[in-house]
Amino acid sequence: MKLYLKIWRQKNADSKGSMVDYTLDGVESDMSFLEMLDILNEELISKGEEPVEFDHDCREGICGTCSLMINGQPHGPDSRITVCQLHMRSFNDGDEIVIEPWRATAFPIIKDLIVDRSAFDRIQQAGGYISVNTSGRPVDANAIPIEKEMADKSFNAATCIGCGACVAACKNASAMLFTSAKVSQFALLPQGQVEAAERVQNMVRQMDLEGFGNCTNTGACEVECPKGISLENIARMNREYLSASVKG
Amino acid sequence: MSGFVKSSIARKVVMALSGLFLVVFLTQHFVINITSVIDPETFNTWSHFMGYNPLVQYLLQPILIAGVIIHFVMGFALEIQNKKARNIGYAKFKGSANASWVSRNMIYSGLVVLAFLALHFYDFWVPEMVYKYVEVNPEMPTRYHEETVHKFEPFWRTVLYVISFVLLSLHLWHGFSSSFQTMGVNNKYSEGIKTFTKIFSVAIPLGFVFIALFHHLNPLTH
Repeated sequence: MKLYLKIWRQKNADSKGSMVDYTLDGVESDMSFLEMLDILNEELISKGEEPVEFDHDCREGICGTCSLMINGQPHGPDSRITVCQLHMRSFNDGDEIVIEPWRATAFPIIKDLIVDRSAFDRIQQAGGYISVNTSGRPVDANAIPIEKEMADKSFNAATCIGCGACVAACKNASAMLFTSAKVSQFALLPQGQVEAAERVQNMVRQMDLEGFGNCTNTGACEVECPKGISLENIARMNREYLSASVKG
Repeated sequence: MSGFVKSSIARKVVMALSGLFLVVFLTQHFVINITSVIDPETFNTWSHFMGYNPLVQYLLQPILIAGVIIHFVMGFALEIQNKKARNIGYAKFKGSANASWVSRNMIYSGLVVLAFLALHFYDFWVPEMVYKYVEVNPEMPTRYHEETVHKFEPFWRTVLYVISFVLLSLHLWHGFSSSFQTMGVNNKYSEGIKTFTKIFSVAIPLGFVFIALFHHLNPLTH
């Protein structure tokens, strides 16, 4: 198939970027979206041009690095997938495809389609952990029985891969779905109770400091999340935060 | 505590609580207004009570005005902050693919409701203040029904009120249920709450539309 690509090109963090048009022929429907970009880059390199920089790592939907806005939707038109799981059969011959990086003040562009998502790392560092002595005498993970429903909810929250699609999809560039998933995965378990109040307060404070927007409950984040993280987590984080603030 | 006050969650909670307070007021306002259609005498009695009861006038009325101001000032503040959170927009953004138009455009429906409030204050609240405190007229418990019906005689005012109520309905459609999510309510009762808020969001504004149209189509003959 023949595709008409409009891709955001930006030399570096300080330069001004723009959309650049490319025509790519011979794209197979079985190719993944990233393979299609690989072919484009091979063509560009053979012509002596600068290839399009984009993030990718595992190419099996778990690392969350292949984050692209495709035709106005995070990870493209299909639901519950990352870009590496998007195949060209989702497009038709002659389609125009607009490819952009995540747009958020807290995710500055490094080059072309690559953004700096270290804001997520800093939110995680602010409280997304539990303090357990892991040296010498390891504790059996099953020593504390946990209710199945709670374990499942915690696990579901923990499936967040930190890709940033929630921020990209939100009209306010809010990071509440990500932060709430990282709060919830511990808040639902007994092991997470010791630092619960401190955790939610520190993580929300860091989220605000990074310059993300406010959640207005549009639900776009939940729809676009490749792992299906639920809005229930945001409500839980709000409860945890209010409770922690009231208790002081 | 200062961290809490400045936090995004606290600001959202302020929006939610002030919004819920305004929903309660809206319900009370509707209950009184519908009597203007059913029984003008009851409407006069209740309106006079609301207009002269010291508790309503000097405690509830300032709280209500504060609630309105807090809701829209915080709404603007959050909107400005949200715009800053995305300094460069997308060349192509398919917002309709994952969120409703109403939820994405609360600021616009809110602005229409705010403009309507200005008109509504100009129509009813300002003349009432002038009647009582500037002209210092004596109490007249039977005047309210007649004054209200006269207000809806002009076609343009009735149309503006109807348009505003439609936008109010859209604002409530997302805002009412959203306030529960902000307050941390997302459990087995959420579906029931959502259904109730959706019915409320349509029924109450529709009731106000009915009142406005009823008075426009049934003008007083004297």
